[in-house]
Amino acid sequence: MTELLQQLINGLALGAIYALIALGYTMVYGVLRFINFAHSDIFMVGAFSGYYLARAVPQASVMAGVFVLLGSMAICALLGVIIEKLAYRPLRGRSTLTALITAIGVSLLLQNLGQRIFGANPKSFPTLFPQHYFQFDSGLVIASNQILVFVVTLVLLFALRHIVLNTRIGTAMRALSFNPTAASLVGVNNDRVISFTFALGSALAAAGGILYASNYPSIDPLMGTLPGLKAFVAAVLGGIGNIAGAAVGGLVLGLVETTVVALGGSTYRDAVAFAVLILILLLRPNGLLGKRQAEKV
Amino acid sequence: MLPRSQLALLGALAGIALVSFFSGSYDPYFLDVAVSCGINITLAVSLNLINGYTGQFSLGHAGFMGVGAYVAAMLTTAASATLLPLLGGQQWLLFAVALLAGGLGAALAGFIVGVPSLRLKGDYLAIVTLGFGEIIRVVLQNIDAVGGPRGLIGIPAYANLLWAFGLAAIAVYVVWTMVNSTYGRGFIAVADDEIAAEAMGINTTRYKITAFLVGAFFAGLAGGVYAHFKQYIAPQGFGFDRSIEIVVMVILGGMGNTTGVIAAAILLTVLGEWLRQFGDFRMILYSLLIIVLMILRPQGLFTWSLPRRKAS
Amino acid sequence: MVTAAAQGKLMAALLELSDCTLRFGGLTAVGNLTASVGERSLMALIGPNGAGKTSVFNLITGVYRPTAGDIRFCGQSLVGLKPFQITKLGIARTFQNIRLFPSMSVFDNVRVAFHLHLKHHSLSSLTRLPSFHAEEQAIATRTTELLEIFDLARVRDEPARSLPYGNQRRLEIVRALATQPKLLLLDEPAAGMNPTEKIELTRLIRAVQERFAISILLVEHDMQVVMNICERIVVIDHGVKIAEGTPAEVRANPKVIEAYLGEEVPVAAVTG
Repeated sequence: MTELLQQLINGLALGAIYALIALGYTMVYGVLRFINFAHSDIFMVGAFSGYYLARAVPQASVMAGVFVLLGSMAICALLGVIIEKLAYRPLRGRSTLTALITAIGVSLLLQNLGQRIFGANPKSFPTLFPQHYFQFDSGLVIASNQILVFVVTLVLLFALRHIVLNTRIGTAMRALSFNPTAASLVGVNNDRVISFTFALGSALAAAGGILYASNYPSIDPLMGTLPGLKAFVAAVLGGIGNIAGAAVGGLVLGLVETTVVALGGSTYRDAVAFAVLILILLLRPNGLLGKRQAEKV
Repeated sequence: MLPRSQLALLGALAGIALVSFFSGSYDPYFLDVAVSCGINITLAVSLNLINGYTGQFSLGHAGFMGVGAYVAAMLTTAASATLLPLLGGQQWLLFAVALLAGGLGAALAGFIVGVPSLRLKGDYLAIVTLGFGEIIRVVLQNIDAVGGPRGLIGIPAYANLLWAFGLAAIAVYVVWTMVNSTYGRGFIAVADDEIAAEAMGINTTRYKITAFLVGAFFAGLAGGVYAHFKQYIAPQGFGFDRSIEIVVMVILGGMGNTTGVIAAAILLTVLGEWLRQFGDFRMILYSLLIIVLMILRPQGLFTWSLPRRKAS
Repeated sequence: MVTAAAQGKLMAALLELSDCTLRFGGLTAVGNLTASVGERSLMALIGPNGAGKTSVFNLITGVYRPTAGDIRFCGQSLVGLKPFQITKLGIARTFQNIRLFPSMSVFDNVRVAFHLHLKHHSLSSLTRLPSFHAEEQAIATRTTELLEIFDLARVRDEPARSLPYGNQRRLEIVRALATQPKLLLLDEPAAGMNPTEKIELTRLIRAVQERFAISILLVEHDMQVVMNICERIVVIDHGVKIAEGTPAEVRANPKVIEAYLGEEVPVAAVTG
């Protein structure tokens, strides 16, 4: 029973991080029908931003932690906006393959720049927030970093929900995702909304990066590939373009992955995501929460 | 009198044979690059059938190459003791058989990837093929019998200029003649508008599977040649990075433009070699190249019209 | 004297829809539709916007599978067959929003439709035996002939997407004819055309029907076009058949007029 609970906590903590990253994929897909391949590398930049920002503050204090978290979110939000403006905006309206390849190019660029600038060797991520381990008599152990993940994710999710449902720009985002032409006709500044979407998604990826690095403190320029891919699968699992779906998908994937590892299949832990992806695309391509869309002939 | 295309093929093979005959007197580095060009031409032209002509975004082509490489290598190393005597001790025959087996293995993989992908389009198809490519890599990494992550060493050096370019010539012939016929126009129809294609009596499923089978087959052959050229293979070499390299060749050449793709394959192979001198910067420059290419000239260097957009 | 209705029954029914129903969840796009198209006839399917006309086409061509009912072509049931199989049986179509193969030339757009009747294999393009060349030549000749009939031969090497709208519509019809159908379905062929072009189109459709001795089923909004060329008309509204008969009969049918009320009343039809 304890074992089950332990795995549940571990799985949800992992899943929450996937959810944060998945939100970025899903929001961009929602407004642009475009898979931002480079999103996983923004996650990486978030972690490294945290690494360098942490040098300016004392370790293991809540204030420091919040500062670093917000700081790296801001840096990545800016990065996301810049990438969109330089690399993706010129391609709007072109074929999806063109955009996909460009995104791959951006991803490779970020990875290789990262290796050049940060060095290819893994670095040890500093302790941002004070660390405790809560031990229960049953043997259950919960790390404060895991609680941190839950808290931060919940806060960000509610903030996002508020933005999307209750603000003007959030409404504009939703309008754009339904019909870009109609949106611009009613006065939505598509360019600005898209920039904002990228900023938001990138900020969330950065948060995911900080939380991930806090729990798995070894960072390197290629760290984004696997978590990014898994987060993408999570977004598809939940129904790509669907914000609630990204959250659900992330949690489910985290749980599935942890279960597989617990059952002894740790060498295949990464293959789990691919298997889920292929299954979902074959059986229910619109995801768990997505709607079926028939093609008009 | 043979038709023109077959004459062209025979002429090309003869020319290649002639050039290869004097391989001994060429600069070995030049020979290396040339063989790589030949292998990459085969890879690019075979992917062009799937991506360019039939419009199926396949991002896992290197996986097929890997299957071919491993199957061929296993036959010429582990199984050579049993096979060689059966083939009269002829090494070139063993190589041919090994290559063919690799190609067939890759074709099987192509079938396995192609069938589930039938219903998917655009981005989703790309991601699934990417996923399959990675699965192949992970599986290879976990089979200790073929060396696992350490790879396979000691593969005999059967490949040379003749094999590399001979294969390329055959691949070009097959793809070109297939597509340039009334039957072959069906591939392009599937790429342009599947619903209209079906309405015109085209069995889109069969076309897509055929494209995957033929494309994967030649990728497998190329993999076999590669294995017997480098004499060492490892699963990491057949992953996403390699798949992207091949995709970039197809895009640079212009999707569905065979001559363009051949030129692009040669250009990128040579460019890759030239960029090696920049060490770390090589990949940075390469990724910048991709971005700039897509923004400025997505139709590739050698095509004049814009890339097709799928009918929505 | 044989009435039109009886005449419809005398001619062999090429295409028969029996109680055909198409439901999407709670929405009934087509409800219990029974109709038939005879050989060598020119029929129209009309109805107000959203009546379900294109859905009927999609049912016939296999894009949708009927929720209930049957569709028979030359006696054979089409239910469950894939679109390309249905085309092989002899039904071809054009689309409401033109669906040409944009990157292919005008010539190739038509040529690829001859693929249906190819005697050769995929492998034949590799071996390139004399018989392969002979068949390719025959197809090229027939493609050129078709293009010449429809006055598209001059633009044969242009990419299809570069043609003006009217020519694109014509090309779509030519391409459909290349599949050698017994029944041709035209989905709003007059859409987006000016009056002159529509007259031209009417002439074209009549000529096609005579020259190729096929049946044509038309979905059309423009009453002029429909009344001028069709022998029989089926009217549907909200997926259900509300009238059927000759142009004169349909014109006078109060249910038809009522269905169109609130829409552009077909004045031309009423006043003849």
